[in-house]
Amino acid sequence: MAPSSAAEPRFNRPNYLTAETTIASWLGTRDHKRIAVMYLVLVLTFFFVGGVFALVLRFKLLSPGPFLISAEAYDRMFTLHGVTMVWLFLIPSIPSVFGNFMLPLMIGAQDVAFPRLNLATVYIFVAGAVVALWGMIHGGADTGWTFYTPYSTTTPSDVVPVLLGVFIIGFSTILTGVNFIVTIHTLRSPGMTWMRLPLFVWGLYGTSVIQVLATPVLGMVLLLVFVEHAFHFGIFDPARGGDPVLFEHLFWFYSHPAVYIMILPPMGVVSEVVACFSRKNPFGYKAIAYSSMGIAFVGFLTWGHHLFVSGQSTFDSGTFGILSMLVAIFSAIKVFNWVGTMYKGSVSFRTPLAYVFGFLFLFVFGGMTGVAFATVLLDVPWHDTYFVVAHFHFIMVGASIMGFLAGLHYWFPKMFGRNYPERFGLTAFFLIFLGFLVTFIPQFLLGNMGMPRRYYSYPVRFHPLHVISTVGSWLLALGFLLVLAYLLWSLFWGEEAGPNPWASEGFEWFTPSPPGAQNFDGVPVFTHAPHAYALIEKGEVPSGR
Amino acid sequence: MTGETFVHRLLFLPPQASSIAKAVDHLHYFIIGTTMFGSVGVALVALYLFVRWRRRSEDQRSYRVEPSKTFEVLVIGGPLSLFLLWFVLGFRGYVKLYTPPPGAMDVYVTAKQWMWKFSYPDGPNAIDVLRVPENRPVRLLMTSRDVIHSFFVPDFRVKQDVLPGRYTQTWFEAVELGRHQILCAEYCGLGHSMMRAWVDVVPPDRYDAWLADQRRGLASRQDMGGPVGTPEAGTSLAREGVRVAERAGCFKCHSIDGSAHIGPTWLGLYHRTEVMTDGRRIYVDEAYLTKSMMDPMADIVAGFEPVMPTFQGKLDAPETAALVELIKSLQSRELQRHPAAPPAYGPIFRR
Repeated sequence: MAPSSAAEPRFNRPNYLTAETTIASWLGTRDHKRIAVMYLVLVLTFFFVGGVFALVLRFKLLSPGPFLISAEAYDRMFTLHGVTMVWLFLIPSIPSVFGNFMLPLMIGAQDVAFPRLNLATVYIFVAGAVVALWGMIHGGADTGWTFYTPYSTTTPSDVVPVLLGVFIIGFSTILTGVNFIVTIHTLRSPGMTWMRLPLFVWGLYGTSVIQVLATPVLGMVLLLVFVEHAFHFGIFDPARGGDPVLFEHLFWFYSHPAVYIMILPPMGVVSEVVACFSRKNPFGYKAIAYSSMGIAFVGFLTWGHHLFVSGQSTFDSGTFGILSMLVAIFSAIKVFNWVGTMYKGSVSFRTPLAYVFGFLFLFVFGGMTGVAFATVLLDVPWHDTYFVVAHFHFIMVGASIMGFLAGLHYWFPKMFGRNYPERFGLTAFFLIFLGFLVTFIPQFLLGNMGMPRRYYSYPVRFHPLHVISTVGSWLLALGFLLVLAYLLWSLFWGEEAGPNPWASEGFEWFTPSPPGAQNFDGVPVFTHAPHAYALIEKGEVPSGR
Repeated sequence: MTGETFVHRLLFLPPQASSIAKAVDHLHYFIIGTTMFGSVGVALVALYLFVRWRRRSEDQRSYRVEPSKTFEVLVIGGPLSLFLLWFVLGFRGYVKLYTPPPGAMDVYVTAKQWMWKFSYPDGPNAIDVLRVPENRPVRLLMTSRDVIHSFFVPDFRVKQDVLPGRYTQTWFEAVELGRHQILCAEYCGLGHSMMRAWVDVVPPDRYDAWLADQRRGLASRQDMGGPVGTPEAGTSLAREGVRVAERAGCFKCHSIDGSAHIGPTWLGLYHRTEVMTDGRRIYVDEAYLTKSMMDPMADIVAGFEPVMPTFQGKLDAPETAALVELIKSLQSRELQRHPAAPPAYGPIFRR
């Protein structure tokens, strides 16, 4: 029987939070858990900033004509929103926060392989963020987060600092990826075989591979745009023999795999949460693990599906269309296995699982609309309209942030030793889910009507749906603020959680909560796979129901 | 209301004003239908499993379940065959959408920040209104003068990026009379959202009459209901340019017949690549011509003295445009006949 939280004695040893309390001990820490907490503060700050930009954009769109802000400010703001959300929030969110915290605990390591390097990634990230944000305030790039040439190389706004900032952040991403790969390869405790790795670790492994292989391409392409913008090189300028579409190929060669940097980690979270709250081993463990690697691989071969209307040849479009279908199959395998995990389980509906339900619906809908693009024909009317905007927000907000919130609630007691109030948790979930649907379903319909994205003013026939979408964004914001409020409250006054409030058999819960500064007293030995709950075997008559 | 029009309105789709719109929408219904079915299905199954297997007591245990081979084959094969079916249906339509029928009439499209210009091969130019006949396939040969734009007509379900330095093509056959909005779908700067234009679909006989009128240069404005094809727009602007050049004294130094003088001749200047005194090569386009008027000392063509005064503040925008148009019109005969080479590629699949 799983241990219940009330029966456990309180842990008296100082934990990683209380072991040292000076500011210097935080800023110079090499403890993966403290680095994770620093990242948590950083990414939540940037999520807040990016969210405020989104709210201002949505508020402007209440009116079809000029309103509230100028077209120039609007163009800069959607660039800010994209850059902040993609590079300052989504990409580092789950790997740098929960990955850093849980990975060593899950595989029985005292820390990651390169603790100093791990700390360096925080400072590189902050440096990049400062340069990018300074550039945004100072010059204000107006290119959108995609930096398409030749607009980005000829725009009067100052894109160089923003490019440089993103370039610097890229190093933080790469180093985190390298660190995780080496950690997973070399620091597994005795008995932690590859087939016993928690599924979250498999997700991180796939993510890290993409981070290490794809991010350098982003660095290259940003440098090329920088060189072209600053020194007029002509790489993307047709007047001098350059190719404007070359940029799109290079950019999406990074940015499509980057989508999987943002979605593989939440998939890992879902795998953990669904097993814990079903009190059951993951259904189809190998299928979920291998499909993570499949996504990481095939994800590199699909970039051309962003270029169906760019003048790319019909044959290329068909090839990229088919390859995109394959990625979808790996995702479908995961979905069926998560749902299958609940079958004949002992399912407890708590906030983390609520977010998993949200994730499932939004991810399947958002994912299938993505596959719909890969039919190539439907991409033509939908391309660069609000349909695309709605589609990728279903994945980025609907799936990634739902996964992030599932992880945040699931691991909050692990990280801080206190629990959140369940009633507020569920209320916030319903607010966020409802707000999300009200915000983004109208955007699918706007896309069907033909509303192009990045429009400051728009024809009046689009007005009613824009108003509904804006109202939805307020509900969504309210939900996020509620989460922020009760989590801050719980940090100090929340109910003491005990070491394992969910009675989880995930390996990260085998240490005290919050863990000590040293993760383990000795070297832990693993004898079985994670989430090995006491199951009712075939033929056994269950008792105690 | 029939079932189909109901679905059409439920999805907020625009009118089906081109020959391919119906087929695109049918695929749309099928795919969105299966998407709704799939996602709601997954959510309902998940909810059912939760309700059926919810934790009734704190110490309730789970059953051991191992996925069977059949189940695995089913969950991989099911979605795979569905998606492949989607692809086959979609890609067939895409090839059709990107294969202009033989004999389609051509219109050249030039996009620039932030307007659309339509040029009929042997006829008029028009700004922001594309007049086409009903029920006749039209092929658009498109290029951009600055950044990437995208030609998008929601009512036709047609979209194609318009690139600088190369031609892209698309085609449509309008089946509904009236005006259909053209939007720019690729972000192109400050005026992106105002880069709108119209397709004006007219009956074929009216179109032919309009085109004949345009060729004779006799069309009167009220006949055309709007700014369509201001007759000989280029020519009249160029004619205005001659007057401006005489008034501003340009001809004191520049010739228009190719003869050498104090400054470079204007004949054939446009689209020429000039070598500067410092060895740089500059391709003469509208921007260079304008810059040379406003900041003449910046780029001096090799072999000429830097003697030209600036006209900054002396020429207003329309006068500058008139001069640029005048210089552009001064092409050799051969160049004039082929203002831009049509793209070399045709349909890749022939019926």
